[in-house]
Amino acid sequence: MKVKESKFISGNEAIAYGAIAAGCRFFAGYPISPSSEIAENMSFLLPKYGGKFIQMEDEIASIGAAIGASIAGRKSMTATSGPGFSLKQENLGLACMAEIPLVVVNVMRGGPSTGAPTSPAQADILQSRWGTHGDHPIIVIAPTMVQEIFFEIVRAFNLAERFRNPVVFLIDEINGHMRAKVDIYDESELELWNRPKPENPKGWKTPYKRNEELVPLMPDFGEGARFNITGLDHSETGFPTGDPKVRQQLHYFLRDKIEKNKDKILKNEYMEVEDAEIIVVAYGSTARSAMRAVEVLGEKGVKVGLFRPITIFPVPEEDMYRVCKNAKKIVVPEMNLGQYILEVERVMKKQMPIVGVNRTDGEPITPEQIMEAIKD
Amino acid sequence: MIERYEIRFAGSGGQGIITAGIILGEAAAIYDGKFAVQTQSYGPEARGGASKSEVIIADVPISYPKATHPDLLVALNQESFDKYSKDVKEGGTVVVDSDYVKVPEEFEKKFKIYHLPIIETARNEVGKTFVVNIIFLGAVQEITKIVSHDGLKNAILNRVPKGTEDLNMKAFEFGIKLAKEVM
Repeated sequence: MKVKESKFISGNEAIAYGAIAAGCRFFAGYPISPSSEIAENMSFLLPKYGGKFIQMEDEIASIGAAIGASIAGRKSMTATSGPGFSLKQENLGLACMAEIPLVVVNVMRGGPSTGAPTSPAQADILQSRWGTHGDHPIIVIAPTMVQEIFFEIVRAFNLAERFRNPVVFLIDEINGHMRAKVDIYDESELELWNRPKPENPKGWKTPYKRNEELVPLMPDFGEGARFNITGLDHSETGFPTGDPKVRQQLHYFLRDKIEKNKDKILKNEYMEVEDAEIIVVAYGSTARSAMRAVEVLGEKGVKVGLFRPITIFPVPEEDMYRVCKNAKKIVVPEMNLGQYILEVERVMKKQMPIVGVNRTDGEPITPEQIMEAIKD
Repeated sequence: MIERYEIRFAGSGGQGIITAGIILGEAAAIYDGKFAVQTQSYGPEARGGASKSEVIIADVPISYPKATHPDLLVALNQESFDKYSKDVKEGGTVVVDSDYVKVPEEFEKKFKIYHLPIIETARNEVGKTFVVNIIFLGAVQEITKIVSHDGLKNAILNRVPKGTEDLNMKAFEFGIKLAKEVM
């Protein structure tokens, strides 16, 4: 792959450059620390690529505008932090139900409520899975390194388009503001996906008719088909229905669209997991502390490895179980009071001690803290 | 080969602490071809309040991105020195503003300390206090050689606002001079 340019930029900036490379041509947002640099960068990048940037009156309107632009065919994104992510939940549910491709970035900060605007946290993990009501399908990506953020936001757009589903992209104040060298690639160098559509949209009357991946073939608004989009339970036509059979099938479709395509959605990284007696399960910026802990203890002969899910929802159940099943102990560091550890406990059925390393004082979890938990 | 070199800049908001970290990281990562990560912490205030920026430079990929035992600390005021000097590596390099930081005697033996009139030089020699960060970057380059002279110069020119290049180059040279005088 040919590098277009190398820049010393933050994770937030890498999101903007990656989104452009992925084909994002619409952004609506409302500024909030520590995510504002994403909007700032999109505001001067998008016009150069024929895209549109709009600062809306609040977070609710922002996601609404992004959904609208996506319905009209544009790859769309909105970005926010904790309190703004709470505000977006209702419309996030609409995008899940109506199957509108969308990328929602949450640069996590302390909470609940306004919390700590300039400090990191990983406190929105379960909210990112279950923040909006109903049994909704969702994909959540939580990358670690700054270069990885560039590639993962591209993957977020690809998954949103391919499965016509919102993808929540979680970073935090640390890797959002951390700068490192990032190689930027043009879209011609990347594998990009576009949403499935009917071959001949004109006159298309069944916007929720599905392809073999269970994804609806929906025309864009403005392509000549007249159809309905609603948050109510609906049939293939997009119009509300009270038919129990159709409603049940819709809910199964929404679930299975993600569940049955997990192999195309999941992505993990493994470090020193072969023969490891202790496994650290870590994601996002905290994984860098875990990497350091594994490096230092590994040099001292401790058999410790790292399992790092990059797609954190759907939970990589089979991969996690396979890697961790022979471990004598699992350590789960998180900048919250223990959220993803609940998923680890569920997957591993508590066959071994599963220990959290938790911190919500706005300071990062240090490699030393993780090393202590490994050795205890 | 540098396995890991940890740098911490500390002062108050508005002194260009974070920009200095970005410039140093960019000099190392883009112009010198090393690995570098830069992080920061700051209060909710736009000006005043404590500001801290950290850079890790290495010849190998970097895992943990924050400084745990800095090899180098630059502290522009007493509060920053008191708060952020505790975990500096023994024998590490400490650059302080000679007018604003008093260093307790026991620290003089523990670290290599450079007392430089950074803020005074910005105000009286260059004539603009906003070049404080460029002055200490010049001094840091001269003292540690952790980045190349030309790499840092290019990074400064790439990051400062258009029209201020000459002023910042003047500040850069003053920083080098301040360091040379005490080395």
